[in-house]
Amino acid sequence: MAAKTIEPTRRDFMTITAGAFAAVGAAASLWPFIDQMNPDASALSLASIEVDLAPVQEGQAITVMWRGKPVFIRHRTAEEIEKAKAVSLSELPDPEARNMNLEAGAPANDINRVKDKNEKWLVLIGICTHLGCIPKGQGIADVKGEYGGWFCPCHGSHYDTAGRIRKGPAPRNLDVPPFNFLSETKIKIG
Amino acid sequence: MKAITSPGMRLASILSVGLLCALGAFAAPARAAGDLPTITAQSWSFNGPFGTFDRGQLQRGYKVYKEVCAGCHGMKFLHFRNLGEEGGPEFSEAAVKALAAEVEVSDGPNDEGEMFDRAGRPADAFPSPFANAQAARAANNGALPPDLSVMAKARTGGADYLYALLTGYSDPPEGVTVAEGMNYNKAFPGHQIAMAVPLFDDGVEYTDGTAATLDNHAKDVSAFLMWAAEPKLEERLRIGLRFMIYLVLLTGFLYLAKRRVWGSLKH
Amino acid sequence: MAHESTYKPGNALSKWFDDRLPVLRLMHDQFGVFPMPRNLNYLWTFGGILTFFLVVQVLSGVVLAMHYVPHESMAFASVEHIMRDVNWGWLLRYMHANGGSMFFLAVYLHIIRGMYYGSYKAPREILWILGVFIFLAMMATAFMGYSLVWGQMSFWAVTVITNLFSSLDAIWSGLGTAIVEWIWGGFAVGNPTLNRLYSLHYLLPFVIFGLVLLHIWALHVPGSNNPTGIEIKTKSDSISFHPYYTVKDGFAMSAFIVLFAFFIFYAPNFLSHPDNYIEADPLVTPPHIVPEWYFLPFYAILRAIPDKLLGVIALFASILLLLFIPWLDTSKVKSARYRPIYKWFFALFVISGLVLGYLGAKAPEGWYLIVGRIATAYYFLHLLVIMPVVGWIEKPTAMPGSITESVLGKGAGGGTPKGAAAAPERR
Repeated sequence: MAAKTIEPTRRDFMTITAGAFAAVGAAASLWPFIDQMNPDASALSLASIEVDLAPVQEGQAITVMWRGKPVFIRHRTAEEIEKAKAVSLSELPDPEARNMNLEAGAPANDINRVKDKNEKWLVLIGICTHLGCIPKGQGIADVKGEYGGWFCPCHGSHYDTAGRIRKGPAPRNLDVPPFNFLSETKIKIG
Repeated sequence: MKAITSPGMRLASILSVGLLCALGAFAAPARAAGDLPTITAQSWSFNGPFGTFDRGQLQRGYKVYKEVCAGCHGMKFLHFRNLGEEGGPEFSEAAVKALAAEVEVSDGPNDEGEMFDRAGRPADAFPSPFANAQAARAANNGALPPDLSVMAKARTGGADYLYALLTGYSDPPEGVTVAEGMNYNKAFPGHQIAMAVPLFDDGVEYTDGTAATLDNHAKDVSAFLMWAAEPKLEERLRIGLRFMIYLVLLTGFLYLAKRRVWGSLKH
Repeated sequence: MAHESTYKPGNALSKWFDDRLPVLRLMHDQFGVFPMPRNLNYLWTFGGILTFFLVVQVLSGVVLAMHYVPHESMAFASVEHIMRDVNWGWLLRYMHANGGSMFFLAVYLHIIRGMYYGSYKAPREILWILGVFIFLAMMATAFMGYSLVWGQMSFWAVTVITNLFSSLDAIWSGLGTAIVEWIWGGFAVGNPTLNRLYSLHYLLPFVIFGLVLLHIWALHVPGSNNPTGIEIKTKSDSISFHPYYTVKDGFAMSAFIVLFAFFIFYAPNFLSHPDNYIEADPLVTPPHIVPEWYFLPFYAILRAIPDKLLGVIALFASILLLLFIPWLDTSKVKSARYRPIYKWFFALFVISGLVLGYLGAKAPEGWYLIVGRIATAYYFLHLLVIMPVVGWIEKPTAMPGSITESVLGKGAGGGTPKGAAAAPERR
């Protein structure tokens, strides 16, 4: 029995070092298994889309698909614009513009909800900010809610004619996606 | 190293080495099966554990592909955006957009329900030269020009083979007759290939001062095809080096820990 | 299971838990203080290594399945999508592809170790048989997984291997054809075939997992065999699993992963065939169909026999015969270390396996065919004749009296080694 004694502290130090080193490596090796679920290179590169606005009459709305999401484009009537402008910021549950074309935190004035002061055209990501349903209000005969904009049937959120949340559980105004006017009647989203 | 002297360890190492050699032996003839012509290995910038692609070479190679190969060969798994990605030719964003815009892409249907042509965008795939395999055969005397996306991995010898093939055209040696519509090639298995000589000196214009020789064209396009087949090569080698260093350290630590634990026990 | 539990819950909570679900007790008894022979060499580390690879294959396979599309027109493209677009997709796929090869390398070493040291002999017959079933399930899983790439080698491997069953037409006309069409779901390998291969490739690893649990259970009843083949007799023959074998297995595993990582990062396509980067084409067969390296010995046996049906029978027999070797081996001594004659025959057996593996990649003609037949003949001769006969006639060499004696020499073995299982000095 050649049981020579080794100070236990050194032995423990070595095993703990090796164990900790292995644990760190194992944890780091998990990252590829998690990250693989994130949007891949082909999803990230999804092209922007161009939309021709010429056929959309005043008072009408169209829905287009961008990055797998519906985008609402409404040709607002003068009445709808007036109605949206008349609202003061203090009446809004969410006072921020939520416009990806502006700096974050800009106030939710009607003019900040459109692009380049072009008030006729309201472009919104058509997904309720509550739990992701698609609000009603695009069709002529649709329920448009108490404020004449959109109404989400899932949990009763009402949006006004600038797509701002006015009543119901949704926490934020509908988002305005990044877009540009290529001409008077043509926009490029994304 | 007392561990090595134990019969078990010796047996373990003999067996492991034996099986590893066998593994290599199995794999090697698996690819060398058939009497393929000998392919000379070239020196490539992407060879070895620290290899990287030569950006200029890949950019020139893309030009050769576009101006010569793309007439008959598609690359359906490549997208224009790939040309700007890290580890590849790394064209600038503007250059990628311009290259994509050179092609017409069929898109649609539009609001009238019709397909329409538009300029290409970075997210588009490389265009296919033929609508389908039948059209490709009809245009090429019955031969189907293969897709080149993963060609460098689909042939024994990889980039070396592609280079040898592209530079391997010659007159047939005495006594060898080449069938109608076929061409003699030293590197091609069977030596008769349907593809006519694709590359010549000054066949493609180079703008970066590189001599536009047949040899350079062949080298550049072979390197480009290697990147196309293995676009993550640089990332793989980079991650691999880090992981290997970690692993060797870990193995060392575990060996020391094993010696400490077993130290008090005679074995 | 076979031993009195020594687990003592450290506090009230673990006692409460232990009364309801004694998993901590199980871990403590089966992996903490479990008594192991003190003389295991590095060939005994492959069990742990194989467990590691089962986990790697399941994890990487589950995430690859999130991106793979089992459709004949999209399968190959989805693999390229994984390689090009998916975050870390290249790593996950190379890990899965080379992990399969490493899994087989480890399992072959594990099997050779078990055969050399007689680990299949009483009381470990069930343990061995479960192992053969795991090996069979691994082969099926690997074959199906390789087919999913839907490259030329995938497609033609499926065609050729499923056509093996058509040999049954020789027994009863039409039977083989009916079975093959049932497997294909059509009159040729196609989309229905690919879909069922995918489904089963996802299922079988969980069958393997269940078999592995039974394998470990069957191992822990008699405990591990060891290089002497002598069972544990006294306390001094054994040491606790932890820390001795946890750290030794850990070291061996880490060293083996170096090899694994080398293939992933520096030679990811070395073990596969370039033709599998050509999309499956039902109209063109590649000039040489070669299976993955780990199937080559069995492929060589198939081709060594000139008759179609007999070739298929030989192929299956070469694996199924392994089930019977606990009874084919008649020797009273377990370890070949003490078997002066058998030792050499066993070396020949391993060599015949390697030769068959080499020939599996060669065209079956000329000398290759002759050597292949000799090696095939020896393979069966060894299992069916040499194992029983040598066991009867051989006189074993002198054996130590106990495991302790084999380690410390004659006269030792009275005391208890530090850290023996019965008196664990630390957890």
